[in-house]
Amino acid sequence: MAAADGPEPPAAFSENGEHGEHAGAHAAYAEVYSSALYRRRRWTNRVALTLSVATMAIGLFFLAWILWTLAERGLVALRPVVFTQSTPPPGSAGGLINAIAGSLMMTVVGILVGAPVGIMAGTYLSEFGKNHWFAEMARFVNDILLSAPSIIIGLFVYAVIVLRMGHFSGWAGAMALAIIAIPIVVRTTEDMLHLVPVTLREAAAALGAPRWKVVVLIAFRAARSGILTGVLLAIARVSGETAPLLFTALNNQFWSTNMNAPIANLPMVIFQFAMSPYTDWVKLAWAGSLLITLSVLLLNIVARIVFRQQKAG
Amino acid sequence: MSAPPTVAPAAPAPPAPVGAALVPPQGRVAAHARGQRYADRLFQGGTLFFAVLVFSLLAAILLSLYWGALPALHRFGFFGFARSRAWNPVTKQFGGLVDIYGTLVTSAIAMLFGIPISFGIALFVTELCPRWLKQPLSTAIELLAAIPSIIYGMWGLFVLAPLLADHVQPWMTDHLGGWPLLGSLFQGPPLGIGMFTAGIILAVMVIPFISAVMRDVFESVPAILKESTYAVGATTWEVVSHIVLPYARIGVAGGIMLGLGRALGETMAVTFVIGNAHELNSSLFMPGNTISSHLANEFSEAIGGLYTSSLIALGLILFIITFIVLAFSKLLLLRLQRMEGRPS
Repeated sequence: MAAADGPEPPAAFSENGEHGEHAGAHAAYAEVYSSALYRRRRWTNRVALTLSVATMAIGLFFLAWILWTLAERGLVALRPVVFTQSTPPPGSAGGLINAIAGSLMMTVVGILVGAPVGIMAGTYLSEFGKNHWFAEMARFVNDILLSAPSIIIGLFVYAVIVLRMGHFSGWAGAMALAIIAIPIVVRTTEDMLHLVPVTLREAAAALGAPRWKVVVLIAFRAARSGILTGVLLAIARVSGETAPLLFTALNNQFWSTNMNAPIANLPMVIFQFAMSPYTDWVKLAWAGSLLITLSVLLLNIVARIVFRQQKAG
Repeated sequence: MSAPPTVAPAAPAPPAPVGAALVPPQGRVAAHARGQRYADRLFQGGTLFFAVLVFSLLAAILLSLYWGALPALHRFGFFGFARSRAWNPVTKQFGGLVDIYGTLVTSAIAMLFGIPISFGIALFVTELCPRWLKQPLSTAIELLAAIPSIIYGMWGLFVLAPLLADHVQPWMTDHLGGWPLLGSLFQGPPLGIGMFTAGIILAVMVIPFISAVMRDVFESVPAILKESTYAVGATTWEVVSHIVLPYARIGVAGGIMLGLGRALGETMAVTFVIGNAHELNSSLFMPGNTISSHLANEFSEAIGGLYTSSLIALGLILFIITFIVLAFSKLLLLRLQRMEGRPS
């Protein structure tokens, strides 16, 4: 370490007790502390740490900037009519209710499919597979799926469902969302089940409980809030996804609850309206953006609170 | 809990408990035990089934993309497709070079800005931040990852792009445009829409992912290493650059790869601001395309087998690239965990 060249004088300090010597030590001390090397090290340190604070500020600044933009442009556009009318043709007033309904329906179906699959797979990884080679592989694949481009999931569902059925549909959109939700739920379920103490499982097993009861009645119950956190995070992630809906659910300008046909959804409406030249549409896009962001951030914060309960309990 | 099935009723005499336990239990107790064993097998088999399902998803995605891309790959060949800059639905000539270039360039810009900022944030959170601020600040940065990508797109198109066009890009053209070799990157009209803007937005989007991994690996550095370095008089920066970084370098690389994987595949935010132009430009300020933005813009309108197939071939290339990057990231992070003796 270069550090050894730096502040050495304290040794001279304690060795010599006499007053005169002491003054000399002070001088030596001052000399070293004003030496070029010492000053350079201090400056490097100061610059590096200042830059570090600056990067933190940059990160927070972007968050604040984006949220501020949303609040500023979204709040103006967020009128009651947004929740009562369907998306308008260009040039007239309207709302987003069909898109909100479509998004809700697809998210609910997607989570109803994705969450149980994810919880079961996560249970296998934590309770049965553990360090088995297959579990290791599945974990690896799951982590890749977790970060895989969501537009690829859309392509996959297009090839597997839309082409088979011959038309875009809400079901296809919901399946795409389910595939995006699964890896998130798998990951959190496994992590949360790991947090449950082994002694708890052993105690149940010692009472003669079969394996499935140990998992369902003991481990699941102990990890309940944690697993819920995963599901909430999955809902948050899924409700903002646009790319996988582009070629699955497509869009629908009118009110429709038919999951077997193209269905309106908030992200697609925002995409379409924001890129349009009509001011009414752009305004509605901002209102939709604000709605999505608020619900996603709210879900995230609730998930964090639930998770804290898990850790405390 | 259910009745303890085998041992208790079958062990009347103390001298031979082992042999007695082996006597098969009879009646309701036995039936119950058998039922539980079936339930066990059913439950375990069920969880295994879903684990296999998740596992096979990846293979299914890869296969279906390959299947869909076959016509285009047959026609142009894999490398022929990847090297060609043509994209003409009328003459049915397709190639992926422009999109691949756009994907790589925007991700490179994102990494250029994203890595140092993420590093600074991780450094701040682990070494400088007062304890009570740690949690709120980490949460705030993580919220950047929670914001849906379409919101980044809206913000990029309506707020960031005009700002860059009016203030940042003219300045860069004036000051960097004259550089030898690199100068041409910064020339051209300041449109605001283009690869540079897309790269900046991607940089903001990858910050939470990279900085979260860096924070975790920095915190895994044993305190005694840092304390002994401080004890010989090192400054905070010296501790970080000489001890923390070398110790955590594998994890840092893993985090960077994770962020890169995210940046390569990001769709909506890029689609809003990239300009959707199918041409190869030396300037970063010109509109371009990435694989994902090209898919988002054209896929649902693509007519004709070869056209759709070429788009799916683009998707296949994107998936292969991100798969390699993400697998590399995961392997690095796994290695780090093994070194620390933590179970994964």
